[in-house]
Amino acid sequence: MVDLRIVKRFDGFTLDVAFAAEAPVVALLGPSGSGKTLTLRAVAGALRPDAGRIVLDGEVLFDSERGIDLPPQRRGVGYVPQEYALFPHLDVAGNVSFGLRGVNAADAGRQVAAMLEAVGLEGLERRRPRELSGGQRQRVALARALILRPRILLLDEPFAALDATVRTSVREQLRELQRSLGFRALLVTHDPDDLYLAGDVFRYEKGRVVGPSSSAAK
Amino acid sequence: MPDIPQRLLGARPGRALALVAAAAFVAFVGLPVLAIFVRVVASGSLGATLTRPIVLEALRLSAITSLSALALALLIGTPLAYLLARHRFRGHELLDSLIELPMVLPPAVAGIGLLMAFGRRGLVGEPLDALGISIGFTTAAVVLAEAFVAAPFYVRAARSAFFEVDRELETVSRTLGVSDWGTFWRVTVPVAFPSLLGGAVMCWARALGEFGATIMFAGSFPGRTQTMPLAIYAALESDLDAALVLSAILTITSFIVLVLLRASVRRLGGAYG
Repeated sequence: MVDLRIVKRFDGFTLDVAFAAEAPVVALLGPSGSGKTLTLRAVAGALRPDAGRIVLDGEVLFDSERGIDLPPQRRGVGYVPQEYALFPHLDVAGNVSFGLRGVNAADAGRQVAAMLEAVGLEGLERRRPRELSGGQRQRVALARALILRPRILLLDEPFAALDATVRTSVREQLRELQRSLGFRALLVTHDPDDLYLAGDVFRYEKGRVVGPSSSAAK
Repeated sequence: MPDIPQRLLGARPGRALALVAAAAFVAFVGLPVLAIFVRVVASGSLGATLTRPIVLEALRLSAITSLSALALALLIGTPLAYLLARHRFRGHELLDSLIELPMVLPPAVAGIGLLMAFGRRGLVGEPLDALGISIGFTTAAVVLAEAFVAAPFYVRAARSAFFEVDRELETVSRTLGVSDWGTFWRVTVPVAFPSLLGGAVMCWARALGEFGATIMFAGSFPGRTQTMPLAIYAALESDLDAALVLSAILTITSFIVLVLLRASVRRLGGAYG
């Protein structure tokens, strides 16, 4: 359950949004520059709102009135930015195991192998990010976040960095992954084609939510 | 083949001019370098000169002081560069310019400035002297002079290196539970490493060659403040062989620095591309 109400003022732009959603996958839909990514960054803890509240499953991540602002480290969210932001100096295993703590090398290796298998990248441990296709990079980013069992994945335009030719199949893979692993996601997109993944959709325009439309089309 | 002169002089006069200019430049830079090595070989006493005290002392002192200056630059310059790359604040531009000032400041001016600040009668030097600490004309003064002049080369490189690290990488690291400190060491520094290394090497090379500020602030005492460039100057009249050998060593070192710099930046840069 995501319950969010935030205000953030910039020069010439104000983000002023509020929504509450129950669905496993929630989409924020709108043109670029409408404030979707800013919202996602606020949930991740990378952007501090001027005012408001962000509550995830009953835990307050941010509350300006009560002076609560959990650092990103303690929010338990899996952030997957638009270009995936894989660590270029580490191989796939290094990326996926990056956030693991308190596990020995053998254990970490097993967890990484299991995670890579779950996302369909088994055996690619030693590859560098630059040697991967766009779809593979996305799955490494997903694995890197999911291995820590986050409460929610924050997906910023997960298909925008991909060629149109593979977008449909990668989208379908994500849907299957979401079903098999059962994670929840807050998904930012400008592409109505992505909406069938989502149970709740909120339309963004110029820094505001202009319309909740529960249960997506199709 | 009859069309060659025409092509060079007629169709592409610019190309002929460029060739002449290039040849002149190569000769201009290459001849002095060549001359040093010709003289060193001609003197035929390379081995004996190398082990002479003036040479050995200068080598030892240069190694110690230039590496100390580099360490100082890394220690102070790294957080400073990170601050400048990541935060905007009042006085940012001023600090930026101040950092680059030693790069354009004449070394003699740097030397006199250091004397006025840290010398025995200097702003800070005088109270320090009262406490029994004197910096001027010691090996520490050499390190300060070298760091003053050379640190900007590292800070500048580090500032743009940090600036170019994708901040999303750091955000992701934090959401993965890694502390800000851990993120700096596990993400920011490794990603910026090729440029940091480049800046550090340039800084070290500049410290190694420092002359003007050192001779004013630290003097030229063998074994204490007489680094290689100072020893070259001191030996010029009395012991040309020693001066030539030291010059040859510095020339070779400079060459190696350039080659390593290119190779490492290319290799590391390519690995991340």
